[in-house]
Amino acid sequence: MRIRVHVIHRDPGSPASREIVSYLKGFGVEGIDSVRRVRLVFLEAGPSLEELEAFAEKVLLDPVVESVFIYPDDSPPVIEGSWVEIGYLPGVMDPEAITISRAFREFFRQDPVAVFTGVRYEFPPLDKGVLNAVLSQLYNPLIQIGVINDFLHPFHQRSPGYEFSLREVELLEKGDEELLQISKDWMLSLNLREMKAVQEHYRKLGRNPTDVELETIAQTWSEHCQHKTFKSPILYREVSEEGDVVTEERISSLFKDYIMKATKELDKPWCLSVFKDNAGVVEFDSDWAVCFKVETHNHPSALEPFGGANTGLGGVIRDVLGCGLGAKPIANTDVFCFAPPDTKEVPEGVIHPRRMMREVVAGVRDYGNKMGIPTVNGAIFFDPDFCANPLVYCGTVGLMPKGAVEKEIRPGDKIVLIGGRTGRDGIHGATFSSAELTEESQYSCASAVQIGNPIEEKKFADVLLKIRDKGWYRAITDCGAGGLSSAVGEMARDVGAVVYLEKVPLKYSGLSYTEIWISESQERMVLAVKPEYLEDVVSAFAEEDVLATCIGEFTGDRRLRLYYDGALVMEMDVDFLHGGLPLEEKLAVWTWVKKEEPVPDVEDPSKTFRQVLSSYNIASKEWVIRQYDHEVQGRSALKPLCGPRQVAPSDSAVIRGHLHSKKGIALGCGINPWYGRIDPYWMAGACIDEAIRQIVAVGGNPDRISILDNFCWGNPDKPDRLGGLVRASKGCYDFALGFGVPFISGKDSLYNEFLKGNESIPIPGTLLISGMGMIDDISKVVSPYLKRRDTLLYVVGLTRDELGGSAFLNLFGVLGNSVPRTDVSLARELYKRLHLAVREGIVLACHDISDGGIGVALAEMCIGGGIGAELFLNNVPFEGDRRSNEVVFYSESQSRFLVEIDRKHKGRFEKLFEGLPCELVGRTSEGKSFVVYGLEGEEYIVEDVKNLERVWRSRFRW
Amino acid sequence: MGIRALVLRTAGTNCDEETVYALRLADANPDSLHINQLRRDPAVLLDYRMLVIPGGFSYGDDISAGKVLALELELFLKNVLLEFLDRGGLILGICNGFQVLVKAGLLPAMSGYFTVEASLVENDSGLFVDRWVELEVCRRDLPWTHLLTADRLRMPVAHAEGKFVASENAIHQLSLSNQVVFRYAGGTNPNGSYQDIAGICDPSGQILGLMPHPERAVIGSQYPDWFGRVPYNRFMPPLDIFRSGVKWLEKS
Repeated sequence: MRIRVHVIHRDPGSPASREIVSYLKGFGVEGIDSVRRVRLVFLEAGPSLEELEAFAEKVLLDPVVESVFIYPDDSPPVIEGSWVEIGYLPGVMDPEAITISRAFREFFRQDPVAVFTGVRYEFPPLDKGVLNAVLSQLYNPLIQIGVINDFLHPFHQRSPGYEFSLREVELLEKGDEELLQISKDWMLSLNLREMKAVQEHYRKLGRNPTDVELETIAQTWSEHCQHKTFKSPILYREVSEEGDVVTEERISSLFKDYIMKATKELDKPWCLSVFKDNAGVVEFDSDWAVCFKVETHNHPSALEPFGGANTGLGGVIRDVLGCGLGAKPIANTDVFCFAPPDTKEVPEGVIHPRRMMREVVAGVRDYGNKMGIPTVNGAIFFDPDFCANPLVYCGTVGLMPKGAVEKEIRPGDKIVLIGGRTGRDGIHGATFSSAELTEESQYSCASAVQIGNPIEEKKFADVLLKIRDKGWYRAITDCGAGGLSSAVGEMARDVGAVVYLEKVPLKYSGLSYTEIWISESQERMVLAVKPEYLEDVVSAFAEEDVLATCIGEFTGDRRLRLYYDGALVMEMDVDFLHGGLPLEEKLAVWTWVKKEEPVPDVEDPSKTFRQVLSSYNIASKEWVIRQYDHEVQGRSALKPLCGPRQVAPSDSAVIRGHLHSKKGIALGCGINPWYGRIDPYWMAGACIDEAIRQIVAVGGNPDRISILDNFCWGNPDKPDRLGGLVRASKGCYDFALGFGVPFISGKDSLYNEFLKGNESIPIPGTLLISGMGMIDDISKVVSPYLKRRDTLLYVVGLTRDELGGSAFLNLFGVLGNSVPRTDVSLARELYKRLHLAVREGIVLACHDISDGGIGVALAEMCIGGGIGAELFLNNVPFEGDRRSNEVVFYSESQSRFLVEIDRKHKGRFEKLFEGLPCELVGRTSEGKSFVVYGLEGEEYIVEDVKNLERVWRSRFRW
Repeated sequence: MGIRALVLRTAGTNCDEETVYALRLADANPDSLHINQLRRDPAVLLDYRMLVIPGGFSYGDDISAGKVLALELELFLKNVLLEFLDRGGLILGICNGFQVLVKAGLLPAMSGYFTVEASLVENDSGLFVDRWVELEVCRRDLPWTHLLTADRLRMPVAHAEGKFVASENAIHQLSLSNQVVFRYAGGTNPNGSYQDIAGICDPSGQILGLMPHPERAVIGSQYPDWFGRVPYNRFMPPLDIFRSGVKWLEKS
């Protein structure tokens, strides 16, 4: 019996329908007042129509608000109006269908033959053009099928069987061009030098590689897995504006010479595991450790924002679950870069930034909330050049006993695959993320796009954390980009392994042995299980309905061997696989250009300030933050939005490690690609400073901060792009060392360029620094909103003539040149003293001064506390020639805070900062006015706090 | 060793640990159990006097929130649940747990258990929302509320489907039978619930369900504005919901 079930919400004004109407209006599709949203379920099963009807009535609908209609699949209903139907393409993850299958099994005690879901929207009669526009906004052809005034017939999707035959790739006799063609045809993303190294290797062996061997090499050697750019030697030149070479140097590798070097030189005893596991691990207390990892998922998100962000977060959570022997995820972070949502024109094949933002947020929300991990910290940066290449960073923090930090593999350990079944999902994801996007990527890279099933991951995470400390397994890793190839290949690098591919549980038939090996199906992990505990492990997972399958074992012969139904399909030397990649010297060129920096005339200071406050980068991100659960697990002690009315934006999030101890973790982040447009070196300084500053502002110990780097850049094969990357890396080294904060983990996402015709558009080089600090005493945590009337306001730190890359100049379409330059020795001293003040408990409120300058910081403090304030610009410690109201008010100089102090602590606070730039600049007031007095003592800005709040909060009220 | 409480877990449950923590603070003796264990041996439930279904996304909230776990309760645990209630056991459903109880017909149960009379549907905003709300306590005489003294309780909601709906008649009946236990107050209704309904009980008062999360509001540091107002470790009023249940069972 094949049926289609229509589940209809009886109230046509339901939120989903209203949302679609307004959503469509937002995209210029006018004339639709009502939309009926119908959930579709397609069922093929043994029971009779009557029995299936009973099932649908009982299980598939909410009887209070919905009605259900059932039709035989071959006679669907014809209605008066127009409609569209949307379903998933064959093989795309459909979590709801999995749940329905389960419910079916519970109900009938038998399995259904097939279950698919879909959605249908019914409209008044509309012409085809409008329907096309509607459909294009409601679905994504990469993962879905959409039909207009027609019916989905998913039952016709049947995967073909698979007949084994070993494929070899003719390589030995090929010339250069043919090698490159092979790389292209097989989507290997290997360059000529690399292809020749492969050819050379197989010539020595006297045979051609099998397809799966070639795929494994390509995947292992991909930029995504190898970070070739960060490992390669570089010839670096700095060139003057006139084109003269100013300096030239050879760098052995960005990673060794800068990132890792800072960590090595700092040599902090509390760094427990850095740059070797899936996440960086530091000490939390005497018994516990915390790990942190931040990943990007830019390319998949560009093509399918929900799925890309969804699986991006799912992946980084698995990194933490696969760190050491497994850490419990206790917090997520998310940072995005988009084009402004009001962008008018977008290039062909590019998803509009507004839709992009909504769907990326939805993807993070879906995964994070369903995993029960609070999403506590993040940022969003808008710039038009992120239109085709949005950036999606997701991070996860995990907690684990110190005894679970190390992992090892021994010959004889069983390879156990846990979690979801394997399908054709995401094949070539690792090599795809190392290639540039083109207009055609939309079609050619379809299989690299997928969506996740967080409940599957939650299920195995629950079991994993339950059995972790039993000593049943010796190692675990995530099955991410590159799938089994990457996970098993990496685990086997010092020992070797044999895998029987036919044992891998599949979603559907038809996968070749190669597809099984390189599939990137989500929600899978690999364990190295002690042989004597294999049964215990499998049954512990089975107990909670999780598949755990032994697919092979680690050997000790340093060879990676794959069998499919008894046939040997791969035999490879792990030393060649992991050590055979030839690295070539790359050229990097940095050109010094002095940019213009006019200071714009401001006619109406209040109006200009409101414009800055409501600009996309500065306006409240409440619309996003509230969609995330930021307090599940009950650990959050400083939420992303705090204060009596929960509107104050916290500098860092603070989470408690255990509710019985006073120790906590503070998470902050720094990102500002506009500074990088002027000089990536100072961008790195500002990002590191900001991440630290946010942590110190809430009470984090400045001596216990560790940081993560995530570089998102253009094509590093182009010398100018690489030149900027070198500048940023130099900054990373100098400032990490200067501040005494080690890098513990990092990741890069390169080739973020969009080819449109002949023009290649890179993203602005963007460095995200994520910081993790320790809170020694949770009772001393400081929040950013003003607490009381008639208290004192201090600016800590030095304001300079640094408007370059500022939110203020951007308002006038100017980038500027005077990028904020972090003075690291001054900053360290200020942070030390501020931390003393926090520990003494005399800081009522503290907010870091960053994008937008002093005024924005004060406005946020006032709005958060619902309290007015007066600020005197003349008192602000300043250094520089151009001293004007605008420069002092909007400068984005680093290492500054705005601090609220009770009058009775005036003496003590000032004493703490003796000899340093720290001045009394104002006070909180009786009323609700926000008043700034200019350098001449004149009223520069007078606003009502309520009005500022409206302006600041309404930008994203969608 | 305290009242034994069973915290029921399944695929997608995610507030079990903090619920266990809150129960411990309230001097209960909680165990976290997967539904498969209970299905294999339903009589295990009778070893406990309190059943708590915590928050989360059981089975991904697919079909509709709480629906599939509700189906499992009805198909496999109906008899033991009735026996459990008959013996005076108490049931609490928080957020997803509340959705489960409503969709299984254990709440409001005006015309008997396992009859569906209400629902919790998509928020008016169409979005998931995490924010703190104020609750008016409408009943202080119940097993779950008799120790509540505060006028208003503050706790967070975090849900996408929390709008309480029922037929006009059912809503009317609910008020008549005095089964509304908590209402959103001070204009903080986050989802468009009819008559600001945030939590209800069954006619016996043994079963309580609510959308807000009391287990996330039991100590000072969990509040958005505790700074300088309450000590980070102070026990906060929503803990009294758990304490009420424990005390009630200790006395009975």
